[in-house]
Amino acid sequence: MDQAELRQWEARCIQEEPPWCTASCPLHVDGRALCGHLAAGRVNEAWAVLCRTMPLPGVLARICDAPCRRECLRARRGGGLELGALERFCAEQATRSPRLAGLPSRGFAVAVCGGGLAGLAAAWDLARKGFAVTLLADAPGRVLLERHPDRLTPETLERELASLARLGAVTIPAPAPSRSALEGLCQDFAAVVLDPEDCPAGFPDLGPPDPATLASGRPGLFAVPGPGTGPQPDSPAVRAALGRRAANSVERHVQGASLLAGREREGPFATRLFTNLADVADQAPVPVPDRGYGPEEARAEAGRCLDCQCLECVRHCAFLEHYGAYPKVYARRVFNNEAIVMGSRQANEFVNSCMLCGLCAALCPTDFDVADLCRTARQGMVARDKMPPSAHEFALRDMAFANGPHCALARHAPGANASSLAFFPGCQLPASDPGLVQRTYAHLCATRPGECGLILRCCGVPARWAGQEEAAERAAADLRRAWESLGRPVLVSACPSCRLALGAELPEARVRSLAEVLLETGLPAGAIRPPHPLAVHDPCASRRTPDQRAALRAILDALGAAWTEPALSGEHTECCGYGGLLAQANPALGTKVARRRARAAAEDFVTNCAMCRDLMAKVDKRCLHVLDLLFPGPDPDPAARPAPGYSERRENRARLKEDLMRDLDGEPGPAPEPWAGVAVAFTAEAAARLEERRILKSDVQKVLHAAEAARRWLANRNTDRRLASFRPVAVTYWVEYEPDGSGGFLVHNVWSHRMQVREGA
Amino acid sequence: MSTLKVVEGDFSGWTCAACGQALELRPVDLEYLGSRFNVELPACPACGLVLVPEDLAQGKMAQVEKLLEDK
Repeated sequence: MDQAELRQWEARCIQEEPPWCTASCPLHVDGRALCGHLAAGRVNEAWAVLCRTMPLPGVLARICDAPCRRECLRARRGGGLELGALERFCAEQATRSPRLAGLPSRGFAVAVCGGGLAGLAAAWDLARKGFAVTLLADAPGRVLLERHPDRLTPETLERELASLARLGAVTIPAPAPSRSALEGLCQDFAAVVLDPEDCPAGFPDLGPPDPATLASGRPGLFAVPGPGTGPQPDSPAVRAALGRRAANSVERHVQGASLLAGREREGPFATRLFTNLADVADQAPVPVPDRGYGPEEARAEAGRCLDCQCLECVRHCAFLEHYGAYPKVYARRVFNNEAIVMGSRQANEFVNSCMLCGLCAALCPTDFDVADLCRTARQGMVARDKMPPSAHEFALRDMAFANGPHCALARHAPGANASSLAFFPGCQLPASDPGLVQRTYAHLCATRPGECGLILRCCGVPARWAGQEEAAERAAADLRRAWESLGRPVLVSACPSCRLALGAELPEARVRSLAEVLLETGLPAGAIRPPHPLAVHDPCASRRTPDQRAALRAILDALGAAWTEPALSGEHTECCGYGGLLAQANPALGTKVARRRARAAAEDFVTNCAMCRDLMAKVDKRCLHVLDLLFPGPDPDPAARPAPGYSERRENRARLKEDLMRDLDGEPGPAPEPWAGVAVAFTAEAAARLEERRILKSDVQKVLHAAEAARRWLANRNTDRRLASFRPVAVTYWVEYEPDGSGGFLVHNVWSHRMQVREGA
Repeated sequence: MSTLKVVEGDFSGWTCAACGQALELRPVDLEYLGSRFNVELPACPACGLVLVPEDLAQGKMAQVEKLLEDK
């Protein structure tokens, strides 16, 4: 990712866009922060928000006409926030004002002619910016006292004029200047601002000021349009903002900077921020009494603020929520993670924890796809040899095993030498429930006699998820060979992830979902109607395939099942925690994600993904695979079936191939590995540690086989226990065990490390 | 390179089955992702068979592995 790409990513996330109140305010007062403080009773902090942004806050906060009220999103749910009344409340009730400070002197003297609100605002802003301001006005603020007698007292005005003086502005009583006097000012001062509200001389030779910059025909002279000329002629907020605009132009003028560049958002603008109002109930504003709000009224009214945020993705994704920010910030972290030369990469875990499930993009008003960000980052980490080996190695070993001689198979139907279609159950359904695969395949063979081949292997998606493009290409080539060896049959996929992957890896292949084929050929005679209502859990892989989602529901309807949808379903479904290898790279977060999804419905889930089924089972959520209904086996309650552990998953796959070879062809399965004959049993503690530490029974067998063959172990002085280690490839496994007296071993404990011991150093 | 002392637990219960010797703390090199550390680990004084105790493997060693992976 380069800087330009980073900026593109950042620009796509709208969470940092201002809320509607701020965007529509001519002065961009942060109404969201104001309400946040007031709703919590923090009046002085709320007042400080106004003092930060408003010129002459003691005056303006009392008379502000709050044009934001119309644009406030609350206007669509009961009525816009009464921000004007809240501002007035702050001005009257605050007991402490922030320290008033200007910037150090800039060394420029500027003059402001006219003490209307625009002139006073220009003088205020210029004084704060460090200009030496001379205010030429007969009676500054007089027009404000005349216009707002019920809101402003001479004392209030005097206090703000005294603040202006403290900022360094010098007021000189002076009548409106003549054209020649104005010319003299322009020569004596670095710039001059003219506020015609209190200084009504018109000078035809200067022409109307430029609306964007307020520049007049005379360089260095900036003129505010007279009252009654704009869209909201007497709006105090607009008049104050005109003064600010003039002050900003003066600053640009003396710096020699462009008067025009980059000012598009100086006035009111339409924000890009999106805030979801779907769950927001109507609530009417607290009526404003003539005396203004009291503390309770102000608190109640501020409490109606929606605290406008987008966070559409973050609210619905445990992963995005877990890292405490939002995609704009995450894009920067991913960029920094990639760019770092020395020191620790802080975002590796973040990059490897995305489920790549696409929910964020489906929810985002501007289609920010965190999956795309993280997938690309993973590929880059692998390419630069910076991918932590521990993140995905276990999953990739599992994939290699599923594609190895003990599990992989490509064959025609028994007795056939061609296949018009081939069943592709994927690697997780055989791992979860090999009997279900056999019953399903038997049905396909019976309904399409002699036509339906079988391919057992992994579709390769784990390698793509891990960013391992080379490994993925190798797996794709093997997959292609298997498919071609059967004469390029139509592939019937039992797994939604496989269906997507097969389509991508074999673009010329026709890939159909098993559900679609079963609906066509008719549901099996032994199919059962579920006795209880179910909730449909769409796997994330079917987010963008409405036909797969429809087929699942059509099967449930055909079975006469009662079913409902969880809140997030269909294209907005949530991942079970396996997607993107989250459960492998960050098991704790994977469990959190699975638990969150499990809470989405009270009913038992029914799904068409074996991995979703097992991850739900792992967090004790009752869950059926739809095939459990179509091809029921001996288990009377398959929704309660525990998820097999890592070792059992491998054994299930290997046994499926052995059973198929024996049953269909009367052939023995593949020859076992030499260590496979080591008979091991595990104590309950050791069995739990195998799962937790992701150590396979076969790893333990390898350790014992090597140790016993070389007679190399540590012996315990007091018991019969032995301790041995072995490093098959990249991980060293330790096993504490004892012989069981009949040639086998009982394992008491297992642990592992990736660091390598260099003996004899 | 100084030798780090990392083993705190009691390992006196284990002897090398092949040599019949009690284990002693000896300097051993550990290597991961191109980084090498010299640490004291219990080992057989005769054949050099090393013990990596569970606490060390699951604790400090795992932390250092993660640090090196993120480097």
